[in-house]
Amino acid sequence: MLTNEEVAQIILNQFGETVTDFDDPYDLLTCSTSRDQIVSLVKFLKEHPTLQIGFLTDITAIHYPDSAGKEFCVVYHLHSLTKNFRIRIKVYLTTDDLHIPTLIPLFASANWMERETFDLFGILFDGHPDLRRILNMEEMDYHPMRKEYPLEDATREDKIDALFGR
Amino acid sequence: MVSEELDIANKNLPAEQGPVQYVNELTTLNLGPTHPATHGIFQNVLQMDGEKIVSGEQTIGYIHRAFEKIAERRPFYQITTLTDRMNYCSSPINNMGWHMTVEKLLGVEVPKRAQYIRVIMMELARLADHLICNGILGVDTGAFTGFLYIYQEREHIYEIYEEVCGARLTTNMGRIGGMERDLSPTAIRKIKELLVRFPKVLNEFENLFNRNRIFMDRVVNVGGISAERALSYGFTGPNLRAAGVDYDVRVMNPYSSYEDFEFDIPVGQSGDTYDRFMVRNEEMKQSLRIIQQAINNLPEGSYFADAPQYYLPPKQEVYKNMEALIYHFKIVMGEIEAPVGEVYHAVEGGNGELGFYLISDGGRTPYRLHFRRPCFIYYQAYPEMCKGLTLSDAIVIMSSMNVIAGELDA
Repeated sequence: MLTNEEVAQIILNQFGETVTDFDDPYDLLTCSTSRDQIVSLVKFLKEHPTLQIGFLTDITAIHYPDSAGKEFCVVYHLHSLTKNFRIRIKVYLTTDDLHIPTLIPLFASANWMERETFDLFGILFDGHPDLRRILNMEEMDYHPMRKEYPLEDATREDKIDALFGR
Repeated sequence: MVSEELDIANKNLPAEQGPVQYVNELTTLNLGPTHPATHGIFQNVLQMDGEKIVSGEQTIGYIHRAFEKIAERRPFYQITTLTDRMNYCSSPINNMGWHMTVEKLLGVEVPKRAQYIRVIMMELARLADHLICNGILGVDTGAFTGFLYIYQEREHIYEIYEEVCGARLTTNMGRIGGMERDLSPTAIRKIKELLVRFPKVLNEFENLFNRNRIFMDRVVNVGGISAERALSYGFTGPNLRAAGVDYDVRVMNPYSSYEDFEFDIPVGQSGDTYDRFMVRNEEMKQSLRIIQQAINNLPEGSYFADAPQYYLPPKQEVYKNMEALIYHFKIVMGEIEAPVGEVYHAVEGGNGELGFYLISDGGRTPYRLHFRRPCFIYYQAYPEMCKGLTLSDAIVIMSSMNVIAGELDA
């Protein structure tokens, strides 16, 4: 059974200061890295003889419009089926530069997860063979999960946010 | 025409006419978006070389309803109704998965009795899900009878849902912090009746299919996928287990007291359509075992957690008791105090690992909610699985993968 500390130490020994912000909210090891390191970090975790974190559970993104320089966060969930260990890796991006390398060479399942993330947030996965919209129609010219697109018509005055939620 | 046939045809032609050239012309075939054999709205544009499928391009999103966006405006308890509409063949699993995610965020401990009731409802949902999948697989191979045999039992499962929560398809079952009401004596009687009746019907169903020559010709060695490719494609659930990987969230990361029950994980070998069919049949038997154990050892006690700030008080109390009225108001208005944090919680859905990634900023609604939908992730392997097979095989593979449009598109 791997502990969060052990895995964090293994990652730190290999990558040093390029992997930061270690945390374990609700017992799930979380760390951040840069987009230059993400592929090599995931590859290292996948090929490491004791970790064997070789299952890509999920890719998604989060939009934080108010945090300057870190507006977008791409979140990877990985899972080691042999050691039953989960890890979450975050990569922060700025609005002007939403490029991040693709994980398709490592996991075939990354294809549609990345397309979905592109569709909803506009994250550009470099090296993706077919980066098109997947859930929304091709003609759409915006990325709907960004926070600047309110769910309801912003011009309505009969609904007060304080009473009916954001 | 295949090249050998061309050679024979050319031999019989008069010499002055010259040989007929073999032209490799592909036919484009639209399978879907609305096609009776796809059981849901998704389009596949197949390139066919004669009878064989060369490649396929999938278009999905026809019933995309932006659940993740809607969830960002809704208080936690109102999101349960969104989860119903994802995998509508096994709504209770989705409901319970969502409740457990929020309970994990809030730190609410649910009593044993509520956990056991949840296990019973989740396993009933798994039965209903697998029944539909295997029944439809029979229909797609031309055997309607089996489907009608087991459809009766799905009806009985829906009657149990009705007794427990009042609804049949989109159940909205349970609450954050437990169940909305205890199992009634009628519900317990119906579950016990089902446990007696179901194995017989399942046995009849298996006698119709398992060694049926026509069925086996259609499904054995059709749409196989290796364990390695299946893992790379993110398969989970019965489809992964059919390929020989014994990954089950119920065993690996037990939730809701699954560690109390004794059951086996059936695995297949070749990952073909027949293995998927057999794994689902076997899982139904294991689900019955779990329900039997849960109903025999159903603990006494409360069916909801002692968390008045999150669990809606009884209506009589609201009229008499000041605190109950305040909590009632706050919960209905969605003004519960949620901690700041991020949670990933996974349950074993009908199709595999159903994950909820919830980020709370302390507000009344999630800051971001992402559903890890098993269908969405494994459906992308479909063209690879159909390659080189015929159209009729492609139909069978799709129904054996149990792709549910609601879950695919969210």
